[in-house]
Amino acid sequence: MQRFSELLDRLSYEPRRNAKLALLTQYFGTTPDPERGLALAALTDGLDFRHAKPAMLRGLIAERTDPELFALSYDFVGDLSETIALMWPANRGVNAPPPLLSDVVVGLRSAGKSEVPGLIAGWLDTLDETGRWALLKLVTGGMRVGVSARLAKTAVAGLGPLDTDRIEEAWHGLDPPYEALFAWAEGRAPAPLSSDPAPFRPPMLARPIEPETFAELDPAHFAAEWKWDGIRVQAVAGRDESGTFRRRLFSRSGEDISEAFPDLVEQIDFEGSIDGELLVVRAGRVQSFNELQQRLNRKSVTKALLKSHPVAIRAYDLLSSDGRDLRELAFEARRGELESFVERLSLPAIGLSPLIGFRDWDELAAARANPAGHIEAGDAEAVEGVMVKRRDAPYVPGRPKGLWFKWKRDPYLVDAVLLYAQRGHGKRSSFYSDYTFGVWRDEELVPVGKAYFGFTDEELFEIDRFVRNNTTNRFGPVREVAHTKVTGLVLEVAFEGIARSTRHKSGLAMRFPRVHRLRWDKKPEDADRIELLEALVPGNVKA
Amino acid sequence: MQQNLILTDAGLYCSAGDFFIDPVRPVERALITHGHADHARAGHGSVLASSETLKIMAVRYGAGFAGTTQAIAPGERLSVAGVGVSFHPAGHVLGSCQIRLDFGGFVAVVSGDYKRQPDPTCAPFELVPCDLFVTEATFGLPVFRHPPATGEIGKLTASLGLFGDKTHLVGAYALGKAQRLIAHLRESGYNRPVYLHGALEPLCALYEAEGVAFGPLEPVGGRGKELAGEIVLCPPGQLTDRWARRFGDPVTALASGWMRVRARARQRGAELPLIISDHADWDDLCRTVVETGAEDIWVTHGAEDALVHWCRSRGLNARPLNLAGYEDGGDGETVGIV
Ligand SMILES: [Zn+2]
Ligand SMILES: [Zn+2]
Repeated sequence: MQRFSELLDRLSYEPRRNAKLALLTQYFGTTPDPERGLALAALTDGLDFRHAKPAMLRGLIAERTDPELFALSYDFVGDLSETIALMWPANRGVNAPPPLLSDVVVGLRSAGKSEVPGLIAGWLDTLDETGRWALLKLVTGGMRVGVSARLAKTAVAGLGPLDTDRIEEAWHGLDPPYEALFAWAEGRAPAPLSSDPAPFRPPMLARPIEPETFAELDPAHFAAEWKWDGIRVQAVAGRDESGTFRRRLFSRSGEDISEAFPDLVEQIDFEGSIDGELLVVRAGRVQSFNELQQRLNRKSVTKALLKSHPVAIRAYDLLSSDGRDLRELAFEARRGELESFVERLSLPAIGLSPLIGFRDWDELAAARANPAGHIEAGDAEAVEGVMVKRRDAPYVPGRPKGLWFKWKRDPYLVDAVLLYAQRGHGKRSSFYSDYTFGVWRDEELVPVGKAYFGFTDEELFEIDRFVRNNTTNRFGPVREVAHTKVTGLVLEVAFEGIARSTRHKSGLAMRFPRVHRLRWDKKPEDADRIELLEALVPGNVKA
Repeated sequence: MQQNLILTDAGLYCSAGDFFIDPVRPVERALITHGHADHARAGHGSVLASSETLKIMAVRYGAGFAGTTQAIAPGERLSVAGVGVSFHPAGHVLGSCQIRLDFGGFVAVVSGDYKRQPDPTCAPFELVPCDLFVTEATFGLPVFRHPPATGEIGKLTASLGLFGDKTHLVGAYALGKAQRLIAHLRESGYNRPVYLHGALEPLCALYEAEGVAFGPLEPVGGRGKELAGEIVLCPPGQLTDRWARRFGDPVTALASGWMRVRARARQRGAELPLIISDHADWDDLCRTVVETGAEDIWVTHGAEDALVHWCRSRGLNARPLNLAGYEDGGDGETVGIV
C-alpha cells in the first residue's frame, strides 16, 4: 500500500502523459505479484468491494480528534479524505507493518459491514500521510489520478516488446491480479488464452487527408462512406464453452459501456462483432451529437431517457461472425459479409451505414459538401464528413498509413474577440493558453466558447504577450483582457457545429472550438455577431 | 508584567525598554529576530540583532539600512533601559534568534520564526523557559506535520533518476530554504553542481562566507536546455515565469510546508511538491508551548485560532496577536506566487 500510495501521489501531480507512463512502468516492473496486478485493477476500475461512506470516516476521525480542530482543518484543506489522512494521530504503539494492497482488497471483500470501520482504522494507524490519503481514496472509490485504463495497459505493455492492442484484445478474458498478463508482458509465458466469447478488439483508425493527397490516390481502389458525428462502438456477443451467451458494448477505448445502453444491448442476439457508430435515432432519423450527449457518461439510465433518446448503431464493419475472425479479409469482402449479416439480423437498432457511390474525387467532394443530396435531410445534419477506405485493406488495429482516411467537412469559422485568458497546465503553465472568446450581441460582447488549442507555439507566445500587456482585471488565475471596439484581439475560431445549451450565458455551445488564426488585421468591431451563430443551430434542436 | 509588552501598529513594543521587536515600519529602536523581509525592514534608527542577521540585512538593503547597528552573540546578556535582553537560536534560518526579555524575574520570550527539525545551515533551536511565550503559528493546524527532509530530498533525487532528460527546477525562497535544500542534497550524497537563479546567489555566498559548505554551485546565467538532468534552484515566483521557459519542459518542484495540502500545491503549479518547511509544524508548536513552561501564550502570524484553542483546552492563557504586516508564511514563502 505504501509503494502504491507513493505512485498515486506522484501521478496525481504529474501532468505529462509520458512521465505518467514511465512512473507506471517503473512501478509494474519493480513490484511483485499480486500487488502490481491489484494496483492495475485499481487503476482500471476493476476492484470491487463495498465502498466506505464519508459518514463512517467522519465517525472515525471524530473519535480521535477535537471537533473544533477538525472543523478548522477541514475548512482549510477542503477535502474530507485528505483532512482525515493528515489529521489522523500517529499511533506509535502500533506494532504492525502497513498493509499491502492485497491485505486491503482481501480484507474489504471478506469483511462484514460492521467490521469495516475497525479494519480501516487499523490500517490508518500503520500508514503515513500519503498512505492514509491513498487508502481513503481507494476505499471511498474516489481515486482520480488522471490515468486512463488504456494508459495503465500501455505501461504494462512497456515491460516488454508487447503491443498495447494485444493486451486490449486479451483484457476481458483476464482477471485481477493479472499474473498471467504480467508473465506474458515480461516474456516469461505465452499469451494467455482468452476464453472470453465477447472480447474487445482494438479498432482500426483513419488518418486525416488533405485534398492535395487525392491526386496520388486512384479512386477505383477506394470505397467511401459517411462519417457520422456520434461515438465509435463495438457491439460484441458470443457463447463461452459452457454455452453461456455474453454480450457487450465497448467504447472506442475498450471501456465496457453496456450498462449505459441497455436498450441497445438487449437487442444483441447475434454471435459476432460489429464496428459502427452509436447515434441517437428518433423515428428513423439520426439526431445531433448534442442529443447523444445526454446518454453519455452515465453509469445507468432512466426509463424516461431511454424513451426520449433512443440509440442505434450505424454499422460499417464486421470483425467476426459466428466464431470466424474476419479481420484478415479485405475491406470489400468484409463489407459483403457485413451487408448480409445486418440484413439477416433485421434489428431496428442496427442499420447499415451506406456507401457513397462516386467515380472520381470531384464527385466525392460534391457529396461531402452536400450530404443532403444523397441521404435524408435529418441524417445529413449528423454527417461530419466522409470516410475513404481502401478496398483491399485488412482490418489493422491502430492508425496504419494509407488505408483509411477521414475527410472532414470544412469547419465553420467565426471571428470572435478574446475576453478572458487563463494559464494552462503542465508545460503551458507559464503561458496564458486557455481562452474565452465572445461575439457581439447588440452593443456588448457575449462569451460563446472557450478554446485551448489550434494555435502554433509562436502564436501562443504572441497571444501570451498580448494578454500580459492588455490585462484589465484579474480573478485568481484568470485575466480579463481589453476588449473595446478598437482595442482587443480578434481570433478566427474554427468549430464543428453549434447547439443550444443552457450551460452557457449566450445559450449556445460550440462543438470542438479551436483557434484557427489570429486576426491582428481586424479590430474587435469587425468581429462577428451572435446572429451568425444562431443561424447555424440545427432547426430540429430546441432549447 | 505583561503590560510591558504591547501591540502597536508598528508591531510588538516594549514600553519599559522603549524598543520594538521586528517592527513593520521604521522606528527609533528595533530588536530583530531574523533576516526575512517581513521581520527585518530597513530604515530604523538603531538595530540590535545577531551578527548574521545584520549581514543578511546589509546584503538585502545595502550597508546603510539603519542609523546604527549592534551585534549580539547568542546567550550574551545586555540591559536595555533596565530590561534584560538576550538572543537564543531559533533554528529557522542563519542567524535567527528568539528574543528573551527579563523584567526583573518575569521572563518573556518572543520566538520570531522557529523550527525544531534538523537544519545543517543554522544553529539548532534552543528551548528557553519563560512565563510568557510569544509564538509564531504559521503552520498552526493539526494537518501540518512536516516529514523528515531526507525523505523529501529522496523524492527529488528519485525523480532525477527516472526523468534524467529533464531539468528539475526547484522553487525555494532565497533566504534559508534554498541553502537548506542544497545542504540536505549534499547530505544525501548528491554531488553534481547545483545551479542557481541570480536572485539566490548573494545569500548563498553569504552563507558560505559564514562557514556553511555547499559544494559546487553554479549560476544559471544564460544556460537553458543544456541543464537537462540537473537541479536548478530559483525563487518560487520564477517557476511559472517566462524565465522558466528556457529549460523547455522542466519538472517543477516546490519546497514549502504548504505542499502538505494538495490543493495548495496544485494552485502553485508544483509537479513535485517537497514538504520542506522552515517553520515548526503543529506537533512542534504544541510541544514547544508546553516545554517552555509558560502560562501565557500569545500566538502570532498564521493560523492563530487552532493553537489558541489547543492552549486554552489545556488550561493555558492564550490569545491571538493579530500583527499586521507579516505575510502568510512569514518567511516570504508566498512572495511572488500568484
Ligand atoms: Zn515570519
Ligand atoms: Zn522567517
